[in-house]
Amino acid sequence: MSSYRITGETGEWEIVVGMEVHAQVVSQSKLFSGAATEYGGEPNTQVSLVDAGFPGMLPVLNKECVAQAIRTGLGLRAQVNKYSRFDRKNYFYADLPTGYQISQFEHPIIGEGKVEIELSEGEKRIIGVTRLHLEQDAGKSIHDQDPTRSFIDLNRAGVALMEIVSEPDIRSPEEAGAYLRKLRQILRYLGTCDGNMEEGSMRADVNVSVRPVGEEGYRTRCEIKNLNSVRYVMQAIEVEAERQITIWEEGGTVDQETRLFDHVKGETRTMRSKDDAHDYRYFPDPDLLPLELEQSWIDELKAALPELPEDKRARLEKDYGVSQYESGVLTAEQSVADFYEEVARGADARLATNWMLGDFFAALNRTGRSIEDSPVSAQGLRELLGLISDSTINGKIAKEVLEDMVETGDSASAIVDRKGLRQVTDSSAIEATVQGILDANADKVAEYKSGKDKLFGFFVGQTMKAMKGKANPAMVNDVLKKLLSA
Amino acid sequence: MSLDAKKVARIARLARIGLSDDEVQTYQKDMEGIIGWVEQLNEVDITDVPPMVGTGLATARLRDDIVTDGERRDDVLSNAPEREGLFFTVPKVVE
Repeated sequence: MSSYRITGETGEWEIVVGMEVHAQVVSQSKLFSGAATEYGGEPNTQVSLVDAGFPGMLPVLNKECVAQAIRTGLGLRAQVNKYSRFDRKNYFYADLPTGYQISQFEHPIIGEGKVEIELSEGEKRIIGVTRLHLEQDAGKSIHDQDPTRSFIDLNRAGVALMEIVSEPDIRSPEEAGAYLRKLRQILRYLGTCDGNMEEGSMRADVNVSVRPVGEEGYRTRCEIKNLNSVRYVMQAIEVEAERQITIWEEGGTVDQETRLFDHVKGETRTMRSKDDAHDYRYFPDPDLLPLELEQSWIDELKAALPELPEDKRARLEKDYGVSQYESGVLTAEQSVADFYEEVARGADARLATNWMLGDFFAALNRTGRSIEDSPVSAQGLRELLGLISDSTINGKIAKEVLEDMVETGDSASAIVDRKGLRQVTDSSAIEATVQGILDANADKVAEYKSGKDKLFGFFVGQTMKAMKGKANPAMVNDVLKKLLSA
Repeated sequence: MSLDAKKVARIARLARIGLSDDEVQTYQKDMEGIIGWVEQLNEVDITDVPPMVGTGLATARLRDDIVTDGERRDDVLSNAPEREGLFFTVPKVVE
């Protein structure tokens, strides 16, 4: 059990946090209309008359969006409800042309599930998922184009969202961050949401309350809306908890309300404009029949589910002998795991792991590239590692070759040939060089023999330098030992 | 269930309908009539009857996920009380 505590004037406090994550569903067309969902289109071109709320237009449910919700439910090890229903959530807002959002209130498509999170010291916790339901996204308001008017683009209106509601199980900003990251990882693996928080395809509302350590039950919570990064979620929880503790300690009471997080000022503040909006007057949408799912379809989707992060981790540990830490890094993104397996399958797995996490990641960082547009292919990296394994080159030279590969795009063996980097394994050539070094440094040899063992490294270095790094290191060691003890 | 004037005014406000005091009284009476009628329906015992949504005979029809609509900005904007270029415009919404 993690123990995040805030020390107030009157004692120790703990925080209680639940999250509502809105994840945009990956689909070609919208939840209830045939308009495109693609991001970044010309304003108001990806809008059907259904999305624009024209009278008489009827919604028709998108099968793929339902499938995506089911896949996500299965990935969250949650219950899939064979009966679910759509309701109208009524409120007025400029970017909501119909005056209501079609959502699922009483009967969501997915019930209870769980997400396992991992904290900094490898500690694991389960965060409960209460439910997941399908709903429509709203349009976009643009406020900075005109002093007196807001501009409305409805391209996003009607795009399918999954709202994933957690239990109030989260007890620290770190856990909140870990939960959101884990959720994003699962959704990406499943291909049900791209998890791109900058583009707004994943956003979080956070419910925060505080209580003195040891107190049972929950105190009044506040909801902080629309956080679009893991960092903001963590910061918002921290400052909101501080605010509430100050109120309680000064003898006041926290009002249940919706607040906004201002990351520039580092504070939360009341969102007054929607005071009235909490009375949503939900009722079943008369335009839509209940959604009933066949078990055979659920089974079909389950059978085709991709390997989930935790399963992949366990498998990499078993198949390639990677450590728990390494498997965590390698499976953070599916694309990284795929790349790794492509490399490791035909190479020495330990070598593949070390190179992937070391020099290869460093090269990506240095060039600012992602694994998707990596300057070196998995096959290319595997070829390089093969050259190490069969003693064509040594590890040090391999680093140089990798740099060259990143720069020129040439294959490892082409570079080795072009630069003449083939490892020298001819013992007489190595012996001759070593002898030359020892002769040129007679004083150091004497010092070594009188007990200055550290000089061994100096002789290795000099030999490697003389042989342009191409000597087989193990052979250099052997030859040096032999000649120095002579 | 009785419906006071305050509740009528609130319902009107949620629906963005402006009512004068006289109108509040009129609608209060009308709506109480409706509620009274519904309360009469409540006398029927429906313990074992599941709530009916739609006809109960059919379930949702699903459509394939293909783009079949859009690229009709002129239609979409045609009824807008106000527009500017490619956008609908509304009085500024301040957060």
